[in-house]
Amino acid sequence: MSTEVDPRVYVLETREISKSFGAVKAIDQLTISILREWITCIVGPNGSGKSTLINLLSGLLPLDGGIVVVDNVGLRVVKAHDSPDHGITRTFQEVRLFDQISVWDNIMVVLTERRVFPALLERTKPNHKVEAERILKSVGMWEKRDAMAQDLSYGQRKLLEIGRAMAMDVQIYLFDEPFAGLFPRMLEQVKSILKEMREQKRSIVFVSHNMDIVRELSDHLFVLDSGALLAAGEVEEVLGRSAVIDAYLGN
Amino acid sequence: MSIATGAIRGVQEVARDPRSWWRRSKGNVELWANLIVLGWALVFMLWRGGGFAITVGSVFAIWAILAISLNLVVGYTGLLSVGHIGFFGIGAYAMAVLTSSASYEQLRTEAIPTFGWPFFAALPISVVLAGLVALVVGIAFNRFRDDIYVLVSFGFAVIAFTTFLSWRNLTRGAFGIHEVARPAIGPLVFEGELEFLALLLVFLGLVVLISWLIVTSSFGRVLTAIREDEEAIEVFGYRTTHYKLAIWVISAMMAGLAGALLASWSTFIDPNSFVLLESILLVSIIILGGLASIWGSLLGALAFVMLEEGMRFVPFLPSEFIGQIRQVILGILLVLLMLFRPQGLVGRFKL
Repeated sequence: MSTEVDPRVYVLETREISKSFGAVKAIDQLTISILREWITCIVGPNGSGKSTLINLLSGLLPLDGGIVVVDNVGLRVVKAHDSPDHGITRTFQEVRLFDQISVWDNIMVVLTERRVFPALLERTKPNHKVEAERILKSVGMWEKRDAMAQDLSYGQRKLLEIGRAMAMDVQIYLFDEPFAGLFPRMLEQVKSILKEMREQKRSIVFVSHNMDIVRELSDHLFVLDSGALLAAGEVEEVLGRSAVIDAYLGN
Repeated sequence: MSIATGAIRGVQEVARDPRSWWRRSKGNVELWANLIVLGWALVFMLWRGGGFAITVGSVFAIWAILAISLNLVVGYTGLLSVGHIGFFGIGAYAMAVLTSSASYEQLRTEAIPTFGWPFFAALPISVVLAGLVALVVGIAFNRFRDDIYVLVSFGFAVIAFTTFLSWRNLTRGAFGIHEVARPAIGPLVFEGELEFLALLLVFLGLVVLISWLIVTSSFGRVLTAIREDEEAIEVFGYRTTHYKLAIWVISAMMAGLAGALLASWSTFIDPNSFVLLESILLVSIIILGGLASIWGSLLGALAFVMLEEGMRFVPFLPSEFIGQIRQVILGILLVLLMLFRPQGLVGRFKL
């Protein structure tokens, strides 16, 4: 399968990547291809390696083996600080904001200069301000901009984290359980954000346990089990397979 | 400037309607901390007179530079270093060795090389030397964080102190170095204490300005993000090791500057000024004043110096206990602070 890749279709691929924690194989020889400008969903039971996969793709964990292919370049090592260069950004399963700084700075910090010495000389730029304002308004956090991130509610934190990812102008967005623990109104908000991003030709990968949302949003589905690929394909078709039902959905 | 305008507006408000001001300000710990420390310093200086004020001002300026430099690392970047006194010492010894003109033939100790440089020639060397050592140490430290960082920086402080004490050919060990030069610009020599205080305040102003520019830049914002979650900010494309190294070196250079100023101000240094305890006191000062706040470091340094110099005049204390009691009081203050106000007097960040 991986030999017939069309680079216009696949934005991110893994080829036989592995990751073990001690004796536990979290990801075992996993090969997947993620479609460009589509919403891809990853489902699987707890401990099936979904978060580990996202951590590997964003460079938070080192690969034990295999390669990650981005922009037709195969990488044996993915460094976290290079992930935006590879066109990747992400959110975390447990919200990881910069707690003791303001909501405003949480967004600003991902917009500004990366190199050390230019950053030392850079004052707040008008175009960064405009961008931060746009992001904060689109996630409904503009009124809260002066609050410290740690003083927000769980749902607001979740939204702010998604906003922080949106502030990155990249191709691939990895959302680790963006819908977990949200009440219905915010759920709708996140859904519409994801749909809007698809409209804007971004590629989205998200992890979720909510089958209704998976059915509604995703174009493509991967089912992981024990770090290996159980099934892949179009949503309804995959969810109808008996192996998937047995492993994950029960009855 | 905002502090000055704020103070003026505050005074106007009090004059207009004292009662409503009192109602609103009763619970404002930050305001009271400011008023108490500044008022205490002012009253004490007026009471003890000019000479005392000049001494306190000079000690304050040196500690304030040191406190601000450490706050950049601890408060803004979240690297709890207890080794900063080492850079302070490197700056001080560089200044002392380069400018001392003492003739040691008359003393019964080994002679050390004397260079007799002028102050302003030795100052940049002291600063750069502290920065270079910090660069090497920082590259080694970059892999550590949190509690391990405390331990390795502790190790650095011990190594630095031992070096000052044992490298007798250069530092004269426990005998210390005499006759460190006072600064001179052409015919103008900063012999008098008042002139020296003015010079110290100029340097303090520079350090405050540079630090303010750093923490309000994009770079400064990244530092706070590193403090909050280093892994997370790395995912957004920042090489955090470079950032940590940069602020570490800048901070060490400021500490080196403070050390060089101390050596010249007191004209004599020995290793006792650079023991680990001083480093712990320094960390206490910035926690007391407030982490991630430049004003907090100024306030903390002032409170500490007032405690140190002021205790001397408490009438019922036997003079031999003053040093220890000072530390006891500082310790009690810290415990109370951590219990009731973990962000320090005017801080923005809880450890």
